[in-house]
Amino acid sequence: MNIPFDISSIRKDFPILNEVVNGKQLVYFDNAATTQKPRVVLDAISGYYEHYNANIHRGIHHLAEKATSAFEQSRKRLQAFLNAQFSEEIIFTSGTTDGINLVAATYGRKFLKEGDEVIISTMEHHSNIVPWQMLCEEKGCILKVIPINDEGELLMDEYEKLLTERTKFVSVVHVSNSLGTINPVKEIIEKAHAVGAKVLLDGAQASSHLHLDVQDLDCDFYSLSLHKIYGPTGMGILYGKRDLLNAMPPYRGGGEMIKEVTFEKTTYNELPYKFEAGTPNIADVVAAKYAIDYVETLGKANIAAYENELLKYATEAVREIEGLKIIGQAKEKVSVLSFVIDGIHHQDIGVLLDQQGIAVRTGHHCTQPLMSRFNITGTSRASFAVYNTKEEINLLIKGLHKVKRMLG
Amino acid sequence: MTINEIQDELISDFELFDDWESKYEYIIDLGKQFPPLEEQYKTEDNIIKGCQSRVWLNAYMDGDLLKFEADSDAIIVRGLVSMLVKVLSGHTPEEIANADLYFMERIGLHQHLAQTRSNGLAAMLKQMKAYGFAYQAKSVNAE
Ligand SMILES: Cc1ncc(COP(=O)(O)O)c(C=O)c1O
Repeated sequence: MNIPFDISSIRKDFPILNEVVNGKQLVYFDNAATTQKPRVVLDAISGYYEHYNANIHRGIHHLAEKATSAFEQSRKRLQAFLNAQFSEEIIFTSGTTDGINLVAATYGRKFLKEGDEVIISTMEHHSNIVPWQMLCEEKGCILKVIPINDEGELLMDEYEKLLTERTKFVSVVHVSNSLGTINPVKEIIEKAHAVGAKVLLDGAQASSHLHLDVQDLDCDFYSLSLHKIYGPTGMGILYGKRDLLNAMPPYRGGGEMIKEVTFEKTTYNELPYKFEAGTPNIADVVAAKYAIDYVETLGKANIAAYENELLKYATEAVREIEGLKIIGQAKEKVSVLSFVIDGIHHQDIGVLLDQQGIAVRTGHHCTQPLMSRFNITGTSRASFAVYNTKEEINLLIKGLHKVKRMLG
Repeated sequence: MTINEIQDELISDFELFDDWESKYEYIIDLGKQFPPLEEQYKTEDNIIKGCQSRVWLNAYMDGDLLKFEADSDAIIVRGLVSMLVKVLSGHTPEEIANADLYFMERIGLHQHLAQTRSNGLAAMLKQMKAYGFAYQAKSVNAE
C-alpha cells in the first residue's frame, strides 16, 4: 500500500510513545479507550495557561478577549469538522456521556411521555444505555433493543419491526467500541424519521475514523469526545439541530447560561450558551481545535486507509494463534480487533502483555449486555491509531505466543 | 508461623526470580495448585466484585482461628489470591484485622492491589480484614 504519510515522523509528534513500560518500549494499542496527544495539542494547552488564561465572555480586558476568541474559534472548527449548518449547534460538553445525558434529560424529559418507546441497540456503550433507562424509569417509557448477528452487525429487519408510531427516539452507536462495527446509520436515521422519531448518534468511536457530515446524515443529535480524536480528556461536543436545541429546556442552571436573573424569574441565554452553564473547560476547548487541525492535515481518508491496512494485517496475523477467536467480524469495521482465546481469561492476557510493554484493553469495555450476547465476560481488544505500525503488531503476536506458552 | 513470618518467607521465595517471566510463571503455578473453592461456596454473597475477573471468598471460624478459602476465574489473580490466603488464613480475627501487609509491595506486585477496579484483589483484602474485625467483635460480645 502507498502510505500517504511518513509514520516515523508522525510518531515523533507523540512524545508519550517514547515511554518505557516494564523495561520495554511502549506499544500502545488501547486507542479506542483514548488516543495519545500530539505535541501541538500539548502546546496549545500549556500555551493557553502561559499566555492568555482568562475567563471567557465576561472580561473586557485583553486576555479575556483573546481567550474568548480562541474558544469560539474552536466552536467554528468543530462546526466545520461535523459540517454543521450553524456554529450555535455545537455545544461544548465534558464528553460523549455528558452529551447523551443532556439530550435524555432535556429533550427526553420534555417531549417523551408514558408509553413512548426509545430504541437502542445490543452493542451500546453503557453511556448510551443508562441515561435512557433513567429516562424510561422516570417517564414510564419503554426501552427496545435492536438485536445483532454473530458477526456483530445490527439486524436491520428487526429494527424495522421495532419501529412504530410509538417510537419517539432512537439512540445508537455509530461505530462500536467493542466490535469495531460501523453501523448503517443513514438508513437507521431515515427509517426513524419516517415514523417521526428523533435520532442521536453516539459518535465516540466514529469521529476519529470516519468522515462526518451531520447534514448529510440528517441526524438530530451527535455526541462525541475529543480525547478519542487525539484531543484533550474531559471535553466533547454535542451537535443538535438548531430548532430542537431551541425547543429544549436548559440542562444545568448557573452563570453563562442566563440572560437575566431576578429572584422571581430567570430568562435564559440563547444557543449555544443556554447549555453551557458555568466556566467551561477553556484550555481543552481551545486545544481541541489543534487536535482537529492535526487530524485534518493528515487527512481523515488517509488515516482510515492506513488504519484499515493495520487492521487487515493484524486480523490475518492473529490467525496463527491457536484457539483465538475474533469477536466482531462485521463487513464494515474500523481498526478494532477484539478477541478471546480458548481457556485463557482476558485479564491474564492483559497482565502478561502489559509485562511486555503492550497496552491492550481487557474486560467488557463498558458493554456488558453485548458481552452477554456473545456469552462471554469480556475480550482482549487491540485498537489501532495512526501512529501504530506493523512492527508493533508483530510484537503483539509474539507477546500472545508468550502468553499462551506461559499459561499453557 | 505469624503473618509476618509467612510474608517474609514469600518475599524470599520471590527473590529467586530475576525476571518477570519466572516471577509470573511462579504465580501461575501457585494459581494452578491452589485448590478450587467448592461450587456451593461460589455464591453471590461470596463474590467480590471486580471489574474484569471474579473473585470468591469464603470465611469461617475454626476454633479460635479465622480461615479463608477463595477462588478466581483468572489464573494470575488466582495465584495472587492464594498468596493472600496463605498469609492471612488460620490466624485469630484480631491478628487478621491488624495485619500490615507489605509482601505484595516488596515482591513488586503492588500494582495488582492498586488496580481496584480491574481485579477483585484490593476488595478481597479489605473483605478479609472486615471479617477479622467482625469476628473479633463477635468474640468480644460473647465474653
Ligand atoms: C462507543 C462509546 N460511547 C461512549 C463512550 C463514552 O465516552 P466518554 O467517557 O468520553 O464520555 C465511549 C468511550 O469510552 C465509547 O467508546
